[in-house]
This record gives sequence, structure tokens and C-alpha cells, in this order.
Amino acid sequence: MNALLLLGDEAIAQGAIDGGISGVYAYPGTPSTEITEYIQESELAIERNVHREWSANEKTAMEAALGMSYSGKRSMVCMKHVGLNVAADAFINAAITGINGGLVVVVADDPSMHSSQNEQDSRFYGQFAMIPILEPNDQQEAYDMTYEAFDLSEKYHMPVMLRITTRLAHSRSGITRKQVKNQNDLKMPADAKQFVLLPAIARKRYKNLLDNQPGLEKSALESAFNKITGGSDDSLGIIACGIAYNYLQECFEDGNIPYPTLKLSQYPIPAELIHQLAKKSETILVLEDGYPLVEEKLKGFFPTATQIQGKLSGQLPRYGELTPDIVAGSLGITIPAGAVIPGVVQSRPPALCKGCGHADLYHALNDALDPYGKGHVFSDIGCYTLGALPPFDTINSCVDMGASVTMAKGAADAGLQPAVAVIGDSTFTHSGMTGLLDAINENSPITLIISDNSTTGMTGGQTSAATGRLENICLGLGVDPGHLKTMVPLRKNHTEMVATITGELNHRGVSVIIAQRECIQTAARRKKLAKKLEEQKS
Amino acid sequence: MRKTDIILAGVGGQGILTIAAIIAKSALEAGMHIKQAEVHGMSQRGGAVQSNLRISDKPVASDLIPQGKADLILAVEPMEALRYLPYLSKNGWIVSNAAHFINIPNYPEPEAIEAELKKINNLVLIDADRIAADLGTSRASNIVMLGAASPFIDVDNTLILQSISDYFKNKGEKIVNLNLDAFALGRQKTNEVYVQ
Repeated sequence: MNALLLLGDEAIAQGAIDGGISGVYAYPGTPSTEITEYIQESELAIERNVHREWSANEKTAMEAALGMSYSGKRSMVCMKHVGLNVAADAFINAAITGINGGLVVVVADDPSMHSSQNEQDSRFYGQFAMIPILEPNDQQEAYDMTYEAFDLSEKYHMPVMLRITTRLAHSRSGITRKQVKNQNDLKMPADAKQFVLLPAIARKRYKNLLDNQPGLEKSALESAFNKITGGSDDSLGIIACGIAYNYLQECFEDGNIPYPTLKLSQYPIPAELIHQLAKKSETILVLEDGYPLVEEKLKGFFPTATQIQGKLSGQLPRYGELTPDIVAGSLGITIPAGAVIPGVVQSRPPALCKGCGHADLYHALNDALDPYGKGHVFSDIGCYTLGALPPFDTINSCVDMGASVTMAKGAADAGLQPAVAVIGDSTFTHSGMTGLLDAINENSPITLIISDNSTTGMTGGQTSAATGRLENICLGLGVDPGHLKTMVPLRKNHTEMVATITGELNHRGVSVIIAQRECIQTAARRKKLAKKLEEQKS
Repeated sequence: MRKTDIILAGVGGQGILTIAAIIAKSALEAGMHIKQAEVHGMSQRGGAVQSNLRISDKPVASDLIPQGKADLILAVEPMEALRYLPYLSKNGWIVSNAAHFINIPNYPEPEAIEAELKKINNLVLIDADRIAADLGTSRASNIVMLGAASPFIDVDNTLILQSISDYFKNKGEKIVNLNLDAFALGRQKTNEVYVQ
């Protein structure tokens, strides 16, 4: 067997490289990060000069990918599900402009919220944008679909969404590669006004998108990724979307499903396949990881005659990711009960690393806030969100990227004093800078602490967009130099840090404190690499 | 049918993903089918982590092992071994490190954990941290555990050894040999338990 052992994420990356991309654009976000990291390390991608640097956020990534597509080349943009909220403006409008070079938008959803603040289902966004959605069930299909998605995108002149969930993103299996395609040549769009969404043009473009819909459905109907399989027991018909198909197979010896089954991996939902299935079975069970998108649609297809089972009917839970056990339960298959977890076992939540600068910052901030009581700290998304848990109990919010700054401003507007925001350096450049500008324009009484570890830490230490330039950014936005403070979060600096924070809490205007110390993980890695290079020299 | 369904359990940073990568590569070399699901992201920061590793001579459908189907729980920390008991099959084995990793204030009494573990008939409990420390590096503890679990993994031992060599080859011959020794000592420990 000549197979490569790849994570689902890595299979997508390899499929894109082999499919002829000229660039990948992304902001790190679990469970999507490894796609871009794989391309960054791929010798083939380096040799082919594929663009592979991180973007400041998902919106800038989406727009840059669209720009590359405008220029005739194939591009891919990758993000986690909530990243698509950030990129949504560009994403929806890219469906209206259409593309020139093939454009694939990869979105990794996180049902069960392993590393996220919600479990939104990106298929709804794909449906909303009216573009094709591909949902692979395994690593090989993730590779094959990505490889072919650029052709699909160019055939219909629109972006294609590839949707996966955490389990496939972070599961490895052997995959076989296809022949590497050439990159596209630089080529202007045939219509010079295609990307100008002035109302008069946008109306035409939107009409064009609508006119394309029957073709997209036909494409899904004819797709090799969608097929009706399974046995002849027509007491039940099953629709298994993406990875749910694996769990369904797992329920039966050698994966032989006794019921007629539609394996659904390309959308829009081909109505004809649904009707073919409904002809065989009067009851249809829908297995889908995420929200009940297909189940809801089906209710419209069959107002009365066919019985639809799924998450809405209570056959499967509405929340959390699918598992083989849940799927077995929905089929009435009894699961052999394993032993129960002994009561002695305690949960072991994640924690900040020993020696982490965020920890030293929180100890100082707690002391500085002691006179005011709890409830004054808005925070953000990163390792430092763990400041919500013991032993710190420091922060009171974590909503979306950059929200610490603007929520502190709104609370200050309401009269809460002091109002503190704690944000990481990468999150600040992702979405915090514009909020700071709002606060500066009104001189809102907030204390913004940028906990600067000079990396994107929680996703494994990717480059941070403005390392070493945060002070200049703040000054450029208009922060009063007298209230721009820096400190090094170390235990030995505790007293000094408390004094700095206390001083700024008393200021009735915008203060920014940059607490700068490199992430201990990336620092250790850097030292190790330096030592290795030193050894190689000698 | 040849198959081994393994749950690897431990705490973020203890090296279970290394164990998973080594076994998976050797199984691929053996021409077996593999699926290996793992945890990335936030939970890696000192939290409980696990990986589902499935090896079979037939295609593997689910990335996750159903409850009651695991042939082996390979734990590099004893409390973490207990966390996945619902997944262990009736005849399945637990191979666990005896050394506790205490990073939470409410960690149970070590004796209570041992008492629970000893209720399981098919148990190999060894102090891999001590064995690795005696070898000169506590960091090889995970490879000691891999060695201890290897008799229960249906992959040719020489392929696992080759996979270890490949995995560590960038770190130099000394590290490779140290890990091969760690593997051998772990395997030997299990074989002693077997004989008894």
C-alpha cells in the first residue's frame, strides 16, 4: 500500500496543492489550523511558490483569496466555523461576484465545542450563499474533493465550500494521491465589471447566481460523492451526511448497511435522490453532524406522507457531535454497556502552562482590582481565556474575537468603573484595533491590557501579525503616550505591575498596558532550534 | 479478522500523540487499515487528552471506537486509564503507567486509583517514569509504555521498532537507541506479568 498517513486537515492541504493552488490564506483556528501548517511545511508547495503566510483575520484571508482568484489563479481560504462569521461579508459577496480562478472555502466546524464557543453549522452559510457545499466522510474523500473542488468552482464560476467537522479534521488515515496539476496562469476576468458590485451590476450578478442553481443541483445529483447504497430492508431509509456515513457503517458487520441509504456529501440537496429514497421507504432517518439542515429541508419536501426522523424528531440529540454510539442508538441497536467510570475519577480541565506570562498578569490584575470587587474584566479568545477558571477567576467575558475592547467600552459608557479589557496580541490585531479606535475617539474610560506573548498561542504558536509593533500601532491609533505603559509579566515584577495597573485604573480615559513576555512554549522551541543550528555549524 | 482498537489516554504534554504516530506508521507499513482520531487545541494544555487508534486488516469505518469495543487502553497516567473504562471490551486489556501526574487540586488519593485499577483482571501496571528515569531520561516514559502495550497490538514488533527509529532519527542516534531500550524494557515488564 503506497499511502500517506494524513489528518483530514492535511489531506485537504495535499489535495489543494496537488489540485494546483497558487495560494492559501487563513487565520489559525482549531480545528482548521493544520491545513495551512501542512502547506507551509510542504516541500512541493515551497517549490511551487504557493502563497502560505498567515493573514491578520479570516476576512482579510477571504478577500485575499478572492483577489488571487480574480487574477485567474486557484486559491483556498481556511478557517474554523466562527471565523466564517468574521469573513461572512466577503464570503456572501464572493458568491455574487463569482470567481475567475477556482476558489475553495474550507470551514471546519466544531460540534461538541471541543475548542470553541458555539457549534454553528457552516452548511447554513453555504446554503445562504447559494454555492456548492462538499462534505467529505473520510480522509480520502477530503483529499479527492479538495482536488476536484477547484474544477467545480471554475465550471460554475463560483466559490465552493468544503465543510468538515473536528473529528475528521483531527483524525488520520491512509490516503492515495492523484497527479499534480499545473497552476493556472495569470489571467484577467473576461468581464472587467464582474467584481464591481454596484447595484446595477450586482442585480445582474445575483440573477446569474440564481440561474446557476439548477445546474448546481444537477451537479450534486450526478456527483460520485452522492450515492444510494445499502440493502433491501425498506422498513427504513437513511440519509447519512459526511462523517455520519462512517458511524452508520460501523453499526453493521463489515459495514453492510441493511437499509437503503443515501450517502450525501455534495449539496445543494438533489431532490431526485431524496425522492428515489422516499419511494423505497416511508420512514427516513437523517444522520448529520451539526444542525438539522437536511432534516428541516426534508420536512418541506414531504409535508405529510413520509415520516422524517432525526434531531428535530428527537431520534438524535440536538447538541454535541455524532458518535457511533449515538447513531447505533437512533437505529435501535443496543450497545454493550462497558464498565462505568469509577467515582474516584476527577475531571482534568486544561490549564495555563507552568511559567506562563498570562498567569503572572492575572495575579497582578487581581490584586490591583481587589478594592473594586469582581465583575470588571472583559476578555477575549486565547489561552488567557483560562483566566475565567480557578485559581484566577479574573475575567468575566469571552464572546468573540476583539469583543473585550468594545464590551469594556460599552460597559464604561454605561458607567461601570473601572472597565478593563484583557486581550492577546494576535486577537488584538485580528479584531481589537478598530474597537480601540472607537474608545479613543470618545476617550472612553477603559484600561486595555494587551497580554502580548508574541504568538498565536492557543492554536500552537503561529506568527502573530504585529509582533514588536504593538506600541506603534496604539500610538498611531491615537493612544495618549502618557497612558501607554509596558511591563514584563514575571513574578518578580509583581509589585511594580500592580502599581502600574492601579495607576491606570484611576485614569478617566483610554489607557493601554502592554504586558509583554514571549510564550514559554514558543520560547522553548526557538531555543531548541537555535541549539540545533549551533550544533550543526560546529 | 485482525484488528486492534486502542484508546490512548494521558495528560496534555505526556506524549500520547507520539505513541499514536509510531503505532499508526508501523501499522501502515504492515499494510493494515488505520484510523486515528486525536485531540488538538485547548485541551492539550495540561488537560485530559485521548486518542482513538484503530488498526484492522479490513477498512475501518468510524474514526471513533464505539463503547465496549476497545481491545486496549494504553494510559500514560493511571487516573486517565479509568476515565475510558466504558470503552473497554469485556476481554480488553489496560496497560497503564503507575506514576501519577498530579496537576489538579482535587486529585484523588493514589491508593483509591490503584484499588479501582486492580479490580480489572486484564491489567498491566508499571512505573514507566521510574524505568525511564533509570535509563537517563524521564521523557522516554511514553515509549516504555508503548513497549509494555506492544504484546497486545497486532502489528509485527520489528515494524514498531523501525517506526520508533524513524520517528526519532532527526534527534540523533543516541536518542534513537535510548528509545529502543525504553521500548524493550517496557515490553519485558509486560512479558514478566504474563508469565506470572
